[in-house]
Amino acid sequence: MSDEILKVENLDVHFRSSASIVKAVNGVNISLKKKETLGIVGESGSGKSVTATALMRLLPKGIGSIPNGKITFNGKDILSLSDKEMRDVRGNDIAMIFQDPMTSLNPVFTVGDQIEEAVRTHQQISKKEAKLKAIEMLKVVGIPEPEKRVKMYPHEFSGGMRQRVMIAIALSCNPKLLIADEPTTALDVTVQAQILELMKSLQEKNDTSIIMITHDLGVVWEMCDKVIVMYAGNTVESGKVKTIYDNPLHPYTWGLLESQITKNTLNGNKLPAIPGSPPDLRNPILGCNFADRCPYAKEICKTTKPEPIEVEEGHIVSCHFQTKSNRLERKELVYIE
Amino acid sequence: MGKYILKRLVDLLPTIFVVAIIVFVITRLIPGDPAAVMLGPQASVEDIQELRDDLGLNEPLHTQFFQYIGDLVQGDFGVSLTYNQPVISLIMDRFPNTLILAISALVIALLIGIPAGIISASKQNSVMDYTVMVISLIGVSIPIFWLGVMLVLYFSVNLGWFPATGMGTMDEGFITYIKHLVLPSITLATIPMATFARITRSSMLEVISQDYIKTARAKGIKEFFVIGKHAFKNALTPILTVLGMQVSALLGGAVLTETIFSWPGMGRLIVDAIDKRDFVVVQGTVLFIAIIFVLVNLLIDVLYKIVNPRVNYSSGKGGTGK
Repeated sequence: MSDEILKVENLDVHFRSSASIVKAVNGVNISLKKKETLGIVGESGSGKSVTATALMRLLPKGIGSIPNGKITFNGKDILSLSDKEMRDVRGNDIAMIFQDPMTSLNPVFTVGDQIEEAVRTHQQISKKEAKLKAIEMLKVVGIPEPEKRVKMYPHEFSGGMRQRVMIAIALSCNPKLLIADEPTTALDVTVQAQILELMKSLQEKNDTSIIMITHDLGVVWEMCDKVIVMYAGNTVESGKVKTIYDNPLHPYTWGLLESQITKNTLNGNKLPAIPGSPPDLRNPILGCNFADRCPYAKEICKTTKPEPIEVEEGHIVSCHFQTKSNRLERKELVYIE
Repeated sequence: MGKYILKRLVDLLPTIFVVAIIVFVITRLIPGDPAAVMLGPQASVEDIQELRDDLGLNEPLHTQFFQYIGDLVQGDFGVSLTYNQPVISLIMDRFPNTLILAISALVIALLIGIPAGIISASKQNSVMDYTVMVISLIGVSIPIFWLGVMLVLYFSVNLGWFPATGMGTMDEGFITYIKHLVLPSITLATIPMATFARITRSSMLEVISQDYIKTARAKGIKEFFVIGKHAFKNALTPILTVLGMQVSALLGGAVLTETIFSWPGMGRLIVDAIDKRDFVVVQGTVLFIAIIFVLVNLLIDVLYKIVNPRVNYSSGKGGTGK
């Protein structure tokens, strides 16, 4: 496929802690085309941010490692690039925005400086041109009075405005891929919608591909073409958003869907939740990672890892009981007391 | 900003007034009669009384105090009892010597201490880090008088590289001048250097884990700039605080170092004056050092603002808003 911009095959990420190894990500596969948006969803600790950080090769030095896997971006083998080559990719070809805009901007430099720096790191242009570019980028992301704002410091901006600045920095070099690590989580609901809208319109304009990391399925339905559902370092289900929206198959995906706020919960009913908590990834897990919390788990789930199976075209599920020939019966919701 | 500095300068006046009172009281509390000390053990009681009259020591304390303050307001620090010279000219003789020693010690301390702290923080828990930390721990705890003597013993007595004591003059040539400066500067630099290394390390460690450092890395900036620009500028505030304290201490005259190396600076002047009960000189020099101290602190407060845009001075009182 020629317009495939990113291909991740069997990516493993391990973290070394004092006494043990945490297997944070196991065998993640990603395929992303130009202009496509991929959502990675999962609860905290599911490995979604780690996956994104690994794509940028920004795992903490000496602690995080990628023992297995292949990342091909725009034809380049990311994991075999030198540090210098990788720096040329970062910010230029792949840009990233982070969860908390309040802490992601450097407080002692003006926002203008921070945008200019990104531009001048990757392009041979004068300071003056970079300044104009910074003003232009602020205008693009919808910041009023950009000529004045460009000289201001991050603490003089609101959270939503700061996230716009982050987007301006990220898009200043026209990256082919934008990784957005929970870009709206720290923002007010009204501002969230604006930021998503902004990202969508800029994606249209610049043909950018986006990886959207979130725990909010609502964001996925709205923004993404494809989705990967992650749980405890594993991909449990992946496919086109429409397919998974219409026909989610993995019990964990069901759990995620059920624990969203709906009209039903607003009418005074309790919010369903998935009981229990994710397994400790320091310990080896024989069976399915979700087995301990899965209401459908049987003996086999505790002893054998489920293989990913393509149950219908492009829809991959890792569950012993969701195969081409066999389907689970979805049960009543579980409410947390 | 200009308005702020002006306001702070005016604020300094009451501070200096209070210091003047304290200095006056303390010098009167030094045991021993200056007149008796000056005239020596053979002096008769009448002679001593006569000298006390001359010095105004028999006046009531408050009369002495108003006399002192009155002179101060006119910029008169008094005349030394032992040197028979105006105190201000004594200070102006000695202060440049202290200044030269302080500046060279400070340059050594900053040039070694801060990079050591930065490297230590960016390679946390490495052999390099441990080495820097152990050396700086020794640096802050080593007794200065011992270190000074050891340096003299080794580099002057054994190797003969540097003169053991005294201060060179430019007339003897630049090289000789510098040679005289080396050992006292190193001795004086030890504590500030170790202090800078430690504060830089801890301040950098706090900053390096911040999100904006990740942002900087994600932009594709060289690691050198991520650490040296993005992290360091954020780590500067606590370093500045320590810098202010160290500069004030160094400018006040390093009593021990100046004594070991017979360096004709402020520290020696004060020690000699105390020895001889020359309370006029003690009053003058201590007050002078206090003024230097508050001025350095004002300068540091202004630097805070330059380094950290979140510091807001418009409310009148300085402070770092985080």
